Amino acid sequence: MDKLKEIVVLSGKGGTGKTTIASSLAVLFRNKIIADADVDAANMYILMNPDNIKGGDFAGKPVAKIDSKSCINCGICMDLCRFDAIDIIDGQHNIDQLSCDGCTLCSLGCPEKAIQMEPVMVGKWFSSDTEYGKFVYARLDPGAENSGNLVTMVKHQAKLLAESEKMNYILIDGPPGIGCPVTSTLSGADYTIIVTEPSISGISDLKRIIKLSDHFKVKSGIVINKYDINSDNTKKIEAFANENNIDILGKVPHSFCIIDEISKRTIPVGQCRDLKEPITEIYKKITDYFELQK
Amino acid sequence: MKIAVISGKGGTGKTYFSTSLAMSLEEADFFDLDVEEPNGYIFIKPVISDEVQYILPVPEIDEDRCTFCNKCAESCAYNALSILPQLQKALFFPELCHSCGVCSFVCPVDEALIEVDKDIGVIRRGKFSRGNFIEGKLNIGEPSGVPLISGIMKDHLNTERTVIIDSPPGTSCPVVESIKKADYVIIVTEPTPFGLSDMKLVIEIVKDLGKRTGVVINKDRGDSKDTEEFLRKCGIPVIFRIPYSLEIQKSYSKGIPLIDTVPGIGKKLKRLYEDISNG
Repeated sequence: MDKLKEIVVLSGKGGTGKTTIASSLAVLFRNKIIADADVDAANMYILMNPDNIKGGDFAGKPVAKIDSKSCINCGICMDLCRFDAIDIIDGQHNIDQLSCDGCTLCSLGCPEKAIQMEPVMVGKWFSSDTEYGKFVYARLDPGAENSGNLVTMVKHQAKLLAESEKMNYILIDGPPGIGCPVTSTLSGADYTIIVTEPSISGISDLKRIIKLSDHFKVKSGIVINKYDINSDNTKKIEAFANENNIDILGKVPHSFCIIDEISKRTIPVGQCRDLKEPITEIYKKITDYFELQK
Repeated sequence: MKIAVISGKGGTGKTYFSTSLAMSLEEADFFDLDVEEPNGYIFIKPVISDEVQYILPVPEIDEDRCTFCNKCAESCAYNALSILPQLQKALFFPELCHSCGVCSFVCPVDEALIEVDKDIGVIRRGKFSRGNFIEGKLNIGEPSGVPLISGIMKDHLNTERTVIIDSPPGTSCPVVESIKKADYVIIVTEPTPFGLSDMKLVIEIVKDLGKRTGVVINKDRGDSKDTEEFLRKCGIPVIFRIPYSLEIQKSYSKGIPLIDTVPGIGKKLKRLYEDISNG
């Protein structure tokens, strides 16, 4: 059997069309598990129409809690904390759960042993059936920390499913940015599809995400979305790709059809001819790449 | 008045809106706290006067003094340290470290574990036509922008001036950090199911924090019924609209601000600010 391949869709800049590309590729790829690793702002489920949903709670790092009965309000914890998580409310030291990083320093330093670490549930993960295969996703509670760990959880669940169902691919819709959730998504991936747009912001963020992908030694390819909005910038992206030996996987034009289909909560590749051709090209280039790697 | 601009979903137009809001006022400072991808400078076009590395303390272990007792590794909540007693080695993984100081607190040996400086990003400061410009930029490969965001807020926000804050996307920690000290939060959304779903999540955050809030509907094609209905139920007003327009998108792609793209919009933005600050 072929080795399991992890393909992730990233962008750096938000709103360039990651979910449009990822969901459309999910229609073409066979023998795959689909996953949404954008646990902060998960949207892929809106298009995937998941059914038979199962899942579990996700516990974040334990956070500190002061037992006000044993606390003598000496203030040592407040001096120690580097996350500004401790305030005095009505004369009593108190830990703000949103700011607490779970490092345990206050608990170690408390002379009265009045601070305990307590686990908190910060999210949920789900596995489901869709028309296009099994789909794993998650939801982080708004404002919570630790989205990187929830991403790792989603990827782990997708991998378990892929192994038990003998799949060839895991196709992952990733989060925006370059921080912890993105590095968690990239770690262990075999291919990064980077969706960009020909704006100055898009190009600036493209360069940062490519560096990160190189740092993780993951092969990357670029998709230029709305390439016809600014043909000069599209040329700049193509030149940049050329200089750095990165494949341009496909170019998608600006299309009202895509926006309309997403508004109807359907995967746009079915109805939008503008999208069908580039998606087929992207699919072919990636599968060819994996063929050559054998 | 400190106004933070957030969105949940990326790419809805936070930076595009917040830069023009700042540029529409007579005097305002602009803080770019989207430290993973700071792009406000593209539209604000500031003159940068200084760049300072942002530094956090991380452990450094002197293997000659270390007794390899493993207390530091045991206590680290982030698994950033590994002690190998047989090999007399102490391994540190800087990308996992949160600079909390637990390791140096628990180390029983004098000077075996000291804290040294590590760069996590840069703070760039300068001026633009309306006031001060401050931007945080996280180094590539750094796990979290939160310390950089809170560092900027702590050191630079103590001002009576008007500040417009461009926040990061998403719904987790960095967003919370960037809006904690704001008097008013503007959510920029787009009328798609994605925009709506992510807007609902950030509304939970602003409600938890008890912030005054208004919503800007960007890329409006007259199809924002679902968004408006939801907002009506929450009692959150729609305070501004930007139409869907290819012209605007083209202008945006070249780095031209909204205020120089749509005639008369500057005056409307200024009035919006006045309405917000008059409560």
